[in-house]
Amino acid sequence: MIWLTWRQFRGAAAMMAAVLVVLAAALALTGPSLADAYSSGITACARNGDCARFFDRFFDDYQGPFLIVTVIVLILPGLVGLFWGAPLISRELEAGTHLLVWNQSITRTRWLAVKLTFTALAAMAAAGLCGLAVTWWSGPLDKSAAPGFALMDPLVFGARGIAPMGYAAFAFVLGVAMGMFLRRTLTAMAVTLVVFAALQIALPLLVRPHLLPPVSSAFTLSSENVDNIGLPRGGANPRVILDSAIPGHTGAWVLSSRLVDPAGRPVGADGLVQVSTTSGPCSPSEEQKPDPSGQSGCLGEINRVGYRQQATYQPFERFWPFQWIETGIYALLTLGLTGLCFWWIRRRLS
Amino acid sequence: MTEPSQGSAAVLRAQGLGKKYGRRWALRDCTLDIPAGHVVGLVGPNGAGKTTLLKLATGQLAPTAGGITVLGDHAAGSPASLAKIGFVAQETPVYAGLSVADHLRLGARLNPGWDTTVAGERIRRLGLDPAHRAGKLSGGQRAQLALTLGLAKRPELLILDEPVAALDPLARREFLQGLMEAVVEHELSVVLSSHLVADLERTCDYLIVLADSRVQVAGEVEGLLATHHRLTGPRRDPDRLPGDQHVVSARHTERQSTFVVRTDAPILDPAWTVSRLNLEDLVLAYMEKTAPDRRVALEVQR
Repeated sequence: MIWLTWRQFRGAAAMMAAVLVVLAAALALTGPSLADAYSSGITACARNGDCARFFDRFFDDYQGPFLIVTVIVLILPGLVGLFWGAPLISRELEAGTHLLVWNQSITRTRWLAVKLTFTALAAMAAAGLCGLAVTWWSGPLDKSAAPGFALMDPLVFGARGIAPMGYAAFAFVLGVAMGMFLRRTLTAMAVTLVVFAALQIALPLLVRPHLLPPVSSAFTLSSENVDNIGLPRGGANPRVILDSAIPGHTGAWVLSSRLVDPAGRPVGADGLVQVSTTSGPCSPSEEQKPDPSGQSGCLGEINRVGYRQQATYQPFERFWPFQWIETGIYALLTLGLTGLCFWWIRRRLS
Repeated sequence: MTEPSQGSAAVLRAQGLGKKYGRRWALRDCTLDIPAGHVVGLVGPNGAGKTTLLKLATGQLAPTAGGITVLGDHAAGSPASLAKIGFVAQETPVYAGLSVADHLRLGARLNPGWDTTVAGERIRRLGLDPAHRAGKLSGGQRAQLALTLGLAKRPELLILDEPVAALDPLARREFLQGLMEAVVEHELSVVLSSHLVADLERTCDYLIVLADSRVQVAGEVEGLLATHHRLTGPRRDPDRLPGDQHVVSARHTERQSTFVVRTDAPILDPAWTVSRLNLEDLVLAYMEKTAPDRRVALEVQR
């Protein structure tokens, strides 16, 4: 049975292997120079103390390839579900060959077990290898990523670590199940794509933020979490625009971040703060000096009055726990669908 | 069924067997007892339930009602029972992407009783190139390949579902010839379905007529031909025939009646012109019986 599985699967396997080899070669060729550029940049910026700018520039330089490899890891499980999973049973049903193979001296349960195990392991291996290679390659970029592209952020999280294996196993079994239920390869592929994409979008939006209780806290304003302070001419109130970042928690996944006034009420979307601009540090006459600590100057004055950043976030340290939990969720879904497949092939399919 | 089967004599035994798809019965009240060593022809119009009966026999389907035992085995679908039954499905499906040799290898890998010599010998005799992809074979060659797979696993019972329906007359004859040679060589029991009586006439010695989801008649061909008669004579009501004459079909003109009756007793009434039926007449008589416009008459007869 393993021979037959391999004989039917080897074309698809060869194609996947070719894609992975090309990807691995590209990553292996560019990875070391990327790491070198990062380490030399870090030593240089540590000397003149301007690493924030280095990170910005470094990430900007490599943003294109970074996005490409990330997207490859994200869509690979979907492709596995579409092209390995959906046709696995439906193609046999369409050609009638299930009647041929199910009448050899082997039960259809065993036939399905071998096919599922073998191909699911191949899918997980492909996604796992791809995910780990990309995780290795993009290590320097993940360390210097701009807000929104850090490891914990939804776009990147699913393309790193072990989660791709869970996605691939699930997408594959989803495809198999849809092929079994719908009996048409094309329909099964379409439904697999829609269901898998919906889940990949819904989970980060609705479920992942609550995998562990998020941390909620208030932070003083500083250059780390303030993007920009605008001092309009003519005595209007200063305008504070927050960065989606948490001071002291680089790489955290910011779920919400807003400016609150001294009474704890959220400041309107315009970000105007009630601070005197006719005199004091926020008056136009005062020269605004950059101050990382935020303890002096206009920002210091805003802090002193009592304005704070109220943020809810998942700290970066939870990356691996989240990876395990999310992979576990997908593993459970996969097992459930697998059970359904076995029930279906025994009871409903002929 | 709790009673023990009479030796291994019954190759297929069904008791009140039925299968329902949704609200429609594809097969119902099917009771059969087919002894071993026959080539059984299963004949009936399209959609009569032939495929359903054969799939139930191979364990591909589970019955909705009643039970079926094949070769004395209740556990349809177990590896042991699968090994004893060869099945050539409708339209003789094969893997288009695999070569002829791959198919033989598939058979060898998946069947403990696989007979490499039988398989190799057949492929050679058929003149099939082992490296040829099955998708490029002609319909006749594909059917032969499927038959080879069914035979080389050395089953006790070979079931074929409309194997020649899609073949041209020449390929049809070659296929049936090959099948008959194998039957003699391996002492197989065979169940073969077709909607054409001509296919079965030369091959079968046992006949099952299936129409309207029910078994209409089953028995050895010789016995069936000996007990069925066509009576032609002056117009008469079917009720006025002797009680031991079961009317299969009746046709009336203004002055004349033609009946097909089944009876074990000789026909004594001198009013009738009695003629023998051939297999096709017999099958048609049973199919006619269930044709929609005669359904009322059918109900009366039961």
